[in-house]
Amino acid sequence: MKEHIVVRTVCSILIPFIQLFALYVVANGESSPGGGFQGGVILGASIILYAIVFGMKSGRKRVSERLSDLLISAGVLIYAGVGLLAIFAGGAYLEYGALPLGTKKLASHLGIYGIEIGVAITVAAVMITIFFETARHEDD
Amino acid sequence: MNLVSNIPVLVIIIPLFSAILIPVFGRISRSFGWYISLFATFFSFIISISLLNTVLTTGKISYRLGGWEPPWGIEYLVDYLNGYVLVVVGLIAFIVTVFAKKSVEKEIDADKITPFYSVYMLFITGLMGIIITGDIFNLYVFIEIASLSSYALVAMGRKRAALMASYNYLILGTIAATFILLGIGYLYMVTGTLNMADLSRRLPALYNSKVVLTAFAFFTVGISLKLALFPLHIWMPNAYTFSPSVVSAIMASTATKYGAYILIRIMFSVFTLDFDIRVIPFNEILVFLSSVAIIAGSVIALAQTNLRRMLAYSSVGQIGYIVLGAAIANQLAMTGGLIHILNHALMKGTLFLVAGSILYMTGIEEISDLNGMGRKMPLTMAAFTIGALSMIGFPLTVGFVSKWYLALGALDAGMWPLVLVIIISSLLTAVYFGRIIERIYFRDSIGAGEDSNQIIGQSGQSEAPMSMVLPTLILAGLCIVFGIAAFFPVSIAAKAANMLLGGG
Repeated sequence: MKEHIVVRTVCSILIPFIQLFALYVVANGESSPGGGFQGGVILGASIILYAIVFGMKSGRKRVSERLSDLLISAGVLIYAGVGLLAIFAGGAYLEYGALPLGTKKLASHLGIYGIEIGVAITVAAVMITIFFETARHEDD
Repeated sequence: MNLVSNIPVLVIIIPLFSAILIPVFGRISRSFGWYISLFATFFSFIISISLLNTVLTTGKISYRLGGWEPPWGIEYLVDYLNGYVLVVVGLIAFIVTVFAKKSVEKEIDADKITPFYSVYMLFITGLMGIIITGDIFNLYVFIEIASLSSYALVAMGRKRAALMASYNYLILGTIAATFILLGIGYLYMVTGTLNMADLSRRLPALYNSKVVLTAFAFFTVGISLKLALFPLHIWMPNAYTFSPSVVSAIMASTATKYGAYILIRIMFSVFTLDFDIRVIPFNEILVFLSSVAIIAGSVIALAQTNLRRMLAYSSVGQIGYIVLGAAIANQLAMTGGLIHILNHALMKGTLFLVAGSILYMTGIEEISDLNGMGRKMPLTMAAFTIGALSMIGFPLTVGFVSKWYLALGALDAGMWPLVLVIIISSLLTAVYFGRIIERIYFRDSIGAGEDSNQIIGQSGQSEAPMSMVLPTLILAGLCIVFGIAAFFPVSIAAKAANMLLGGG
């Protein structure tokens, strides 16, 4: 689709907003519809859109295989790490309230944020990986 | 820091963390995968022993995930039954991981080794989770974790047939998981709870409800598929034959055990004996099915020419023993069934590790090529012989202990034809292992397989490397240790059986 100038221009304007919206969905997941999974899907979709419009190669230049592999692990690590931190802070696994972050309520808030961010990273990276892996043959 | 009170969750967290860390460190060096797996399975094993020890001295352990109280939050509950099964799985996982290093290097492509160990640890995470959780929906989640990773593991086999085997397993496994999920859904619909202990309190009032009966039907079929109970076993032989040796060893000795564990858990902890026997004649159905499984598994095993496929069909029969123990549902038979979870894991583990060693050294998979192996790989073949004797149920081996308790239990329940079933199956087992032992020790290797490499050609011994022989011998040794000192596992199994049958 590299020759379609309209598509390219619209996408290069839209993609930053899509990503911003993804962050908004992640950040609001704990109190309103949305959350890590949905936000992650939107974030992943923005990269996939980029790869569809500008070509697989430039897509992989933005998010290399190495980076997306690392992000898959990093997201789960953040999730599991928050849980483990709660244990070190004296609570049960994933007991956010026990985290030493001000009041119990605030700690719960921040703990869930941590989890949502972890989920978002992994979901986005997995989406991207699945897209590139299934689309690879057409591009070669 | 209170790691001690968090021990129940660590048994899952450690393998989970290692599954995530392996891809990261695997980028630095491929050898990290094995080291991290070894470390993780070792600690899981140690922790499962300490959990069992705590349960034996102080009783049930309940752990609240995230600090939420049980009926609402997810509870991890360790009692005699799952404390015991955890140790079995922990032990096998550790020993198979020791064995894995060389075998995986040979059988898996170099660039797939890191993903292999990552998925392998995810599989162990799923197994541990299934066993320790006290929440029925959490159970489903862990079943899916274990199943999905096992599909991937099976597909990593060398031959193209592995993909087909994995695909069949994927389809049937997904049907099974869906049925289990539907069962959970129906139970949740009528009780409004997902906690197993809470379910068992609320269900008795609803035993005559059609919804509960439907749920139970879905559970039975779903779990029987996972368990590979006789008519539903068709995914298993191919999955075990074409997967990498390490995968067939870990799956044969643990994956079917978790199926048995779930069946026993649902039958006796979520539902009660009262339901199984009085409301529907479920036990009679299971006794019949498992007897058929025992005989049919042995008969089909007789006809096999591929070593691992034969072992897989023999598993079909052995699973029948575990289910039979649960289905007779008296103290002795239940003890026999439960003890067979450990015993079968030990002997099938030994036999599949031997098959893996043979494959590693010579590339032989067919039984007809095994002539004269006793001279080439004496230690490995000694382990094979011990495992085979144990499968037959020779006294002083673990196989004898479980068959003895099962036979006593059958007599106690007045079901004497079952004793006949056990004897016939033992004889058939003796035949199909006997013909292999005869080849191994009493025939010369004239036409070794085409795949056999030069090492064999140079005559004399060609024993597998120490890192493969040692774990095999340890498992074989345990077959004898627990065959002689049977009182220890039997006492735990008896306590678990007593608990399940409502003795408190």
